Amino acid sequence: MVDALRRFFDGDIFFSFKRSPLVIVAAVTTLVCILAAVLAPLVAPHNPFDLKTLNLLDAFTPPSWSEGGKPGFLLGTDDQGRDVLSAIMYGSRVSLLVGLCAVALALVFGVAMGLLSGYVGGKLDALIMRIADVQLSFPAILIALLIDGVARAVVGREGHDQLAVYVLIFAIAAASWVQYARTVRGSTLVERNKEYVQAARVIGRHPVAIMFRHVLPNVMGPVLVLATLNIGTAIITEATLSFLGVGVPPTQPSLGTLIRIGNDFLFSGEWWITVFPGAWLVIMVLAMNLLGDWLRDALNPKLR
Amino acid sequence: MFAFIIRRLMQGVLVMLVVGLIAFSLFNFVGDPVALMLPPEATGADREAMRVSLGLDKPFYAQFITFIGNAVQGNFGISLRLGRPVSTLLVERLPATLELAMTAAVIALFFGIPMGVYTALKRDSWTSRFLLTASLIGVSLPTFLIGIFLILIFAVWLGVLPSFGRGETVKLGLWSTGFLTTGGLKALILPSITLGLFQLTLIMRLVRSEMLEVLRTDYIKFARARGLTNRSVHFGHALKNTLVPVITIVGLQLGAIIAFAIITETVFQWPGMGLLFIQAVQFADIPVMAAYLCLIGLIFVVINLVVDLLYYRVDPRLRADRASAGGH
Repeated sequence: MVDALRRFFDGDIFFSFKRSPLVIVAAVTTLVCILAAVLAPLVAPHNPFDLKTLNLLDAFTPPSWSEGGKPGFLLGTDDQGRDVLSAIMYGSRVSLLVGLCAVALALVFGVAMGLLSGYVGGKLDALIMRIADVQLSFPAILIALLIDGVARAVVGREGHDQLAVYVLIFAIAAASWVQYARTVRGSTLVERNKEYVQAARVIGRHPVAIMFRHVLPNVMGPVLVLATLNIGTAIITEATLSFLGVGVPPTQPSLGTLIRIGNDFLFSGEWWITVFPGAWLVIMVLAMNLLGDWLRDALNPKLR
Repeated sequence: MFAFIIRRLMQGVLVMLVVGLIAFSLFNFVGDPVALMLPPEATGADREAMRVSLGLDKPFYAQFITFIGNAVQGNFGISLRLGRPVSTLLVERLPATLELAMTAAVIALFFGIPMGVYTALKRDSWTSRFLLTASLIGVSLPTFLIGIFLILIFAVWLGVLPSFGRGETVKLGLWSTGFLTTGGLKALILPSITLGLFQLTLIMRLVRSEMLEVLRTDYIKFARARGLTNRSVHFGHALKNTLVPVITIVGLQLGAIIAFAIITETVFQWPGMGLLFIQAVQFADIPVMAAYLCLIGLIFVVINLVVDLLYYRVDPRLRADRASAGGH
């Protein structure tokens, strides 16, 4: 373990990390965002869901540094007297959860489809790739919207509110598995003809075992990089859907829901209810994208 | 050439059939159309009669053919939410969306191409660096936030531009346009910038990287050796060749613009198809969703087709390749 750590700190990746200040800033920002979300019940100044602590007299308090602000509410409060900073922390929990789960689900499904498509080939390959082609010609957000709409029609409104998080995860994953499938299929086609796969076939291993035990570890690299880059996109998709009013319900707000709620008060001058969740979202996603970009370049030996 | 068009058309028809099948399944399996049309106190016999009169007792493929036949004639039934024919709703909303999408595309091209050329020619200038960094941030900004920030600055704080709706429109037959009144034009500014900004950064980066690629080629060196002016080399020789991939991307992005208009239209309460669709999703209004899906599918297929044909016209190499390969 100590050895592995030492190798990591002496390695190329950590070296390139140390040398780029922007990446360090991005990493710290990402870490802070994740910690703030995970530890929200411990570190948030208020609990925005505890109705007992809410006081309507605190509603629409501006940020604490401006005129009329209160020291207890650093970024002000919303229409129900909820602390904006705490709401953001709790909201980014939902955003991160949906983003990470959607990417994981899309990854698993896409990788499985790509492996099947590339390893089995033939008609199955043609079928999967045609589906991928058709799906790829439509923007992901449209597909996610459609799935959400269908789910709403099937389970009804109340049922949908309870299932909203799962529906969102599924919708975003279903809209983005194609990228993984295509990447894996491409590398599988190359790996399939290498000696180690032939050897495994000759000693009589089951095709499924060959696919998952032998081919899979060799095609995962680019897919994992793609996944890190896609977390930001998934979070933005979630925020967009929630903003459009088809994502998570206001009882369990994500960053997108908070922005949507705040949007109604933009004209009465309460800009902080929208602007802070929006800024938090942008900073978090930007940091994650920078980190993903750097990881892609650092892991790509061609660019060294 | 002819065989090429035919093959593309076949592909397009296939995609439309798949889209149609999805829309049809939405209709038949998601909501029970009989339950939707009959009052709750209807008897079992009423339901059976309705089922027969709607043709729901027929086999699956026969129903699908009827559905396609209706869809081709633009008959998608009645909106559950608004109680009006879906086709009329879509026709009313179409001009708003198309005008918005067109303006956004024009903005993206008009600023994106010169900015791309500039950042490629003056690689190390501060302006170029600034534009590139700004474009990176632009990609990370979700569309709806751009809209909200624009509204906050220009409508709430400065109060110079309207933040919702289309302003005054003029009716030209079936088409209602906002291009002819100052109010309409003013209302168009913020939404079209919101919608076009992402495409603008995309086009700028694309033109830049293509331009850098082309500037390294031998024929540009030769053009310089012939003593042509910078202007002629850059715009007459280099830019022309970068435009081939730009056309493809812009064409394909036009479809994406129309789809992304859903978000912009929601932010600005723009009365277009996207707003209609999002309300349909919220209320599970299946006929509107199915019709929107078919219409968007059609737009995408047509755009893909046109882009393919344009590509074929613009790039002589493609024609030569195909001709030498036996005229596919």
